[in-house]
Amino acid sequence: MAMTMKGEVALPADRQTVWAKLNDPDVLKACIPGCQSLEKSGENGFTAVVKLKVGPVSATFKGNVELSDLDPPNGYRISGAGEGGIAGFAKGGATVSLSDAEGGGTLLSYDVEANVGGKIAQLGARLIDGVAKKNADQFFANFAENVKAG
Amino acid sequence: MSAQGVGASVLRKEDFRFVTGRGRYTDDINRPGQAHAFFLRSPHAHATINRIDHAAASKMPGVVAIFTGDDIAADKVGGLICGWMIHSKDGSPMKAGAHPALAQGKVRYVGDHVAVVIADTYAQAREAAEKIVVDYGVLPAVTDTADAARTGAPQVHDIAPNNTVYNWHIGDKGATDAAFASARHVAKIDLVNNRLVPNAMEPRAAVGEYDDASDGLVLYTTSQNPHVARLVLSAFIGLAPEHRFRVIAPDVGGGFGSKIFIYAEETVCVWAARKVRRPVKWTADRTEAFLSDAHGRDHVTHGELALDAAGKITAMRVRTTANLGAYLSTFSSCVPTYLYALLLSGQYNIPNIYAEVDAVYTNTAPVDAYRGAGRPEASFLVERLMEIAARETGKDPAEFRRANFITAFPHQTPVILAYDAGNFAASLDSALKLADYANIGKRKAASAAQGKLRGIGFSAYIEACGIAPSAAVGSLGAGVGLWESAEVRVNPIGTVEILTGSHSHGQGHETTFAQLVSGRLGIPFENVSIVHGDTDKVQMGMGTYGSRSGAVGMSAIVKALDKIEAKARKVAGHCLEASPDDIEFRDGKFTVKGTDKSIDFPSVALQAYIAHKFNGQDLEPGLKESAFWDPTNFTFPAGVHICEVEVDPATGVTTIEKWTAVDDFGNLVNPMIVEGQVHGGIAQGVGQALFEGAVYNTDGQLVTASFMDYQMPRADNLPFYDVGTTNTPCPSNPLGIKGCGEAGAIAAPPAVINALTDALGHEDIAMPASPLAVWRAARKTMAMKTAAE
Repeated sequence: MAMTMKGEVALPADRQTVWAKLNDPDVLKACIPGCQSLEKSGENGFTAVVKLKVGPVSATFKGNVELSDLDPPNGYRISGAGEGGIAGFAKGGATVSLSDAEGGGTLLSYDVEANVGGKIAQLGARLIDGVAKKNADQFFANFAENVKAG
Repeated sequence: MSAQGVGASVLRKEDFRFVTGRGRYTDDINRPGQAHAFFLRSPHAHATINRIDHAAASKMPGVVAIFTGDDIAADKVGGLICGWMIHSKDGSPMKAGAHPALAQGKVRYVGDHVAVVIADTYAQAREAAEKIVVDYGVLPAVTDTADAARTGAPQVHDIAPNNTVYNWHIGDKGATDAAFASARHVAKIDLVNNRLVPNAMEPRAAVGEYDDASDGLVLYTTSQNPHVARLVLSAFIGLAPEHRFRVIAPDVGGGFGSKIFIYAEETVCVWAARKVRRPVKWTADRTEAFLSDAHGRDHVTHGELALDAAGKITAMRVRTTANLGAYLSTFSSCVPTYLYALLLSGQYNIPNIYAEVDAVYTNTAPVDAYRGAGRPEASFLVERLMEIAARETGKDPAEFRRANFITAFPHQTPVILAYDAGNFAASLDSALKLADYANIGKRKAASAAQGKLRGIGFSAYIEACGIAPSAAVGSLGAGVGLWESAEVRVNPIGTVEILTGSHSHGQGHETTFAQLVSGRLGIPFENVSIVHGDTDKVQMGMGTYGSRSGAVGMSAIVKALDKIEAKARKVAGHCLEASPDDIEFRDGKFTVKGTDKSIDFPSVALQAYIAHKFNGQDLEPGLKESAFWDPTNFTFPAGVHICEVEVDPATGVTTIEKWTAVDDFGNLVNPMIVEGQVHGGIAQGVGQALFEGAVYNTDGQLVTASFMDYQMPRADNLPFYDVGTTNTPCPSNPLGIKGCGEAGAIAAPPAVINALTDALGHEDIAMPASPLAVWRAARKTMAMKTAAE
């Protein structure tokens, strides 16, 4: 069951700073909603444990996060897939691109697609769409806060 | 007709038990030491199973055992079977992919069974299942019916290239093509018969039990046909021989076909009970029912009807692709073939019919019989084509049908069936009157004045049910005979137990069967009890589906009652010192003709058992007889349903303003119960037409897996029905019964869509005609009106 979301967020920092944060596992861990651990497993790969609640289903997803199409300091693709046991699975990714914002700072645009299956998909599109959008918004809001905080 | 005999609307005996919570369903049964099963299901529609790690799960609290497909294979448990062989055009047998009760190496639909956890409690089993780690190799899925046979589509079973189960056909292609070549007019349609989820009120459940004293198995389960379940579990799946295997189907809360089949969960429960030496229980939750009950319908069809200059039908040509899901369910193969294409003649004289049916595998739940099974798909196609042909040739849809009705019986159709009796015009006339068809123009104008669109739609359906003569179905590929059995046990004080192979899961057999016996033997209705659903009590029987309990099940009781009466006459003869030939039996009394010497039925029963009045060597003591009845033909219920709708083009809401149903079910045993069956069938048919649709996305996720996304019809979606009957007794069984269980679901969908398309003024609407779909279609209507002005 696929969902797509697009958005952009203005960040009060230059592109180089934003890029560095986008590649910092600690920053990512702090920003991914429900992320309980994120450990480097390769040059651009991480293993992750993320706890998510979708309607009545609460599940811990274990999986991998990978950064690809790295184009410093202009953007990359972040993707992940996780199995949540009897709750099903979730996978998805975001293409993130950075550009100079008018009047200083950086504009981050994202294009997210997410896919779920099993029990969480059976909860129905209305519920899933809302949760996926909320989590994507939350991630980038957290990231903006983190950038602001320096 | 006695007050409680055949023909009386006796209130249902069983309802007090049901509505006061005293029913005894499978989930109400708990056995000492019982453990609970939880099935780990695939979240993927199509994947290899590379590894299953359940070491951590096995250590969880309360876990008794965890089994996977490896254990099923190691125990040589047979796969689930499809019991009806269909051959392709080229003579090759259908391609039946292996169907293990727990997946082996590959999963093929979301909900496929990967492992079973057995624990002290259900919660513990579920908790432990969370800890099972399955390494899946996810594969692309195929879900679309029309697309499944495409070259390059993901392959569901290696044994079935291009996902094709069979390419079947019926009829005379040459003669049909020739008739089309010389046709004056050809009406055409492309349609989808939407996939449905059965949604019985009671979900499936099972309690398996092993008895180590007898080395035997007991399975309590939600079955419409416990003997067939025992046969399959014994002879094919190989769990235990029949004489050491008892299947009990207690009260069952609705089946609609979905509880005919032998499923993985029930099989695993009884198999695992022997492995863990404890009873094992499983009850489906509603999501599991959505995912794993066999679904219904799911056809993509192109149909054509050829007319001559006089408006007579000369031929019909049909091409259908039927989605059978990821595995062949128990009777799935016969549904889109013999239960579908044999009905394509409808109520009409059609000299030439040719139909091709391709059945395909997809990564979706198995599809099998669901209320009507094949016949709703046929009647939807035939009645949509009839309506379109009438519209295109400028004929009144009722009179166009009448002009093509079969009027002489028996009538041999070009697609095997020989209709034995009917009077289609009588049903049409009665329905036209009840529906006030004469004034539809005024009602349409009144709706138009309020900015609404009103339409009227006809459905003159026929079905073949009471299935069926064993030799006939055998010649068509059935693996079983479709007779029914009955045993009549008269007790010494004259009360009677009827042991029937039919199974009631809502039909009211405890009432109707008792009516038959009460009327025939002249004993109080209350003195008759019905025993069914237990293979240790009831001799082999075939169960209930295809509207067969009346026509076949009750006919078997009639045959047994004939024997009871013959024996009782002999006993009465000894008591009255007269020849049995001189004795007449009426109103529960045996009387020597022309005298006042008589003895009542209970006294004869007592005399039969005490055996004081006759020599036990000449006449056996006791009063108990059994019979097997094999019908001589299918039965052919038929009728006319007329639906009148009003559409609000601003909101897309369709309101059913009026529903007229005139059905010919032959003789009626209990008119109230028959009317109830008609009401329920119409509600399910309206559900298919306006609300229900099971949808898989391209990944194979079922996106309509709850009542949030799968809409069932509700009381306020339905009108008060005007129900009438006509009565042409069925000549093919002793009671003249045709069967009524499926008629509403068969008749309703085309009536609704024909009414909607009449209201809309175009044919561009599919099932389910949801408010959004109707709103879009109504915008097209408004645009057409604007363009015309």
